[in-house]
Amino acid sequence: MMTDKLPRPNQPKSLLRFSAPQLFYPLAGRLAPWFASAAVVLAAVGLYIGFFVAPTDFQQGEVYRVIFIHVPAAWMSMFVYLVMAFWAAVGLVMNTRMSFMMAKALAPTGAMFCFVALWTGALWGKPTWGAYWVWDARLTSQLLLMFLYLGFMALTAAIEDPRRSDRAGALIALVGAVNVPIIYFSVKWWNTLHQGASVSLTNAPTMASTMLAGMLVMAFAAWAYTIAVTLWRVRSLILERERHTEWVGHELDLQEGRA
Amino acid sequence: MGPFLAVMRRDLMLAWRGRTDVLVTLAFFVIVVCLFPFGVGPETNQLREIAPGVLWVAALLSTLLSLNRLFAQDHADGTLEQLLLSPEPTALWVAAKVLAHWIVTGLPLVIVAPGLALLFDLQQDALGVLVLSLALGSPILALLGAVGAALTLGLRGGGVLLALLILPLYVPVLIFGAGAVDAYLGGTGADAQLLLLGGGLLGALAGAPFACAAALRIAIE
Repeated sequence: MMTDKLPRPNQPKSLLRFSAPQLFYPLAGRLAPWFASAAVVLAAVGLYIGFFVAPTDFQQGEVYRVIFIHVPAAWMSMFVYLVMAFWAAVGLVMNTRMSFMMAKALAPTGAMFCFVALWTGALWGKPTWGAYWVWDARLTSQLLLMFLYLGFMALTAAIEDPRRSDRAGALIALVGAVNVPIIYFSVKWWNTLHQGASVSLTNAPTMASTMLAGMLVMAFAAWAYTIAVTLWRVRSLILERERHTEWVGHELDLQEGRA
Repeated sequence: MGPFLAVMRRDLMLAWRGRTDVLVTLAFFVIVVCLFPFGVGPETNQLREIAPGVLWVAALLSTLLSLNRLFAQDHADGTLEQLLLSPEPTALWVAAKVLAHWIVTGLPLVIVAPGLALLFDLQQDALGVLVLSLALGSPILALLGAVGAALTLGLRGGGVLLALLILPLYVPVLIFGAGAVDAYLGGTGADAQLLLLGGGLLGALAGAPFACAAALRIAIE
C-alpha cells in the first residue's frame, strides 16, 4: 500500500513538494539571485526611460516623473497584500508551514512599498496640488493599508510561539483583506461627500507611450525586487524555524565551510 | 439558545458585580468628549460642526479601551478554556459574550451621547439620528474588536497592539456613523448611512463571531 505513494522515477514530480521547507530553501536560494539581477536591470532600464527618454509633461513639467516610482510602488503595495492574504488562506486551510512563512516574508516589502507610494505621492502633491497631503480617497486608503501591514507585522512579532503567531497573523490578514474593499469604498464616499470636486487622476490626459513603457518596466522591476527580497527573507525564516532539524545544521556547516 | 442565554446572563451578572469597571469606560467617554472644546476653543459654531465626529471618535476610543476586558478575565481564570472545550458551538457563546459586553459598555455610550451632544449645541432634532447611528454602529465596533481582543489575548503590550490592529478596520464605521449625523444636518437625509450601518451590523453579526471563535482557538491551543 505505502509503496504506491512513493514517487516513481519516471513520474514527473509535483511542484507541491516545494511546500516542504527543506526543499524550498535551496530552490529559493537558486531563484533569488536571478530575480534580483532582473530587478536591477529592469530598474535601470525603467529609470532611464523615465528620466531621459520620456517627454516632459506639458501640464506638470518634470514633476510628473515621480510616477515612475510612485505608481509601481502603489500597485505593488496593494498586490502584495492580496498575495499575503492568499498565502494566509492557503496556510489556514492546508496547514502548510511554508505558506505562513511566505505571508510573513511578504509583509515588510508591502509596507515598504506603501511608504514609498505615500512619500513620493507627497513629493508630487506639493508642487502639483500645493499640499503634501490631501484627504483624497486614494491617499487615505493607502495610508490605512499601511496600518494594516503594520498591524500584521506587530501582531506576528508580538507572539513568540510560531504556530500561534502564524495563525493569528493569517487570520488578521484575511480580516484585513475582507475589509480593504469596504475601507476603500467608504473612504471614497466620505471623500466625495466632504470635498466636492477633488483632484482626479482617472481623467488625466492620455499618456505618451514612452511614459507608459517606463512605468510598466518599473512595475516589472518592482515585481522582481519583491520576489527576490521575499525569497531571501523566507530563507532566513526557514533557517530560524527549522534550526532544530538535522538538515539545517548540515546546511549551515556547508555555508561555513564555503565561507 | 440555552448556552447563549446562560453565558450572557453570567457575563451581565459579573459586570453588575464589578460596576465600577463599567463606569470607568463611561467616564472615559465623557472626559474625552469634554477635552475637545479645550483643544479647539469654545467657538459655538465650530463645536457644532465637529460634534458628530468628536462623539464618534470618543465612542470608538472607549470601545477600544474596554475591549481587553472582554476575554482577559475568563482567560486568566481558565473559564475560556472550559468554554472552548464544551460541546456548544463556539460562535454562539462568543456572540453572547460580545452582546453582553456591548450592553455593558456600548449601550451606556448610546444613552449618554445625546446629553453630551447638547454640550456641543448640536441641533436637537439631529439627536435621534445620532443615537440611532451609535446604536447601529457601536455593536459593529464591539464585534470587530472582539476578533482583535481574541487575537491579542495574553500578549505583552496587548492594548496598544489591539489599537493598531483594530482602528484601521473601524474607519468605515466612523465614516458612516459620523456621516449620518452630518448628512442629516446637511439636509440630504441620513437614510443611506444608516442603512449601510445596518447592513454592516448584519454582516459583522454573520462573520465576526466565527472569526472570533477561530482567533480564540488559535490563542488558546
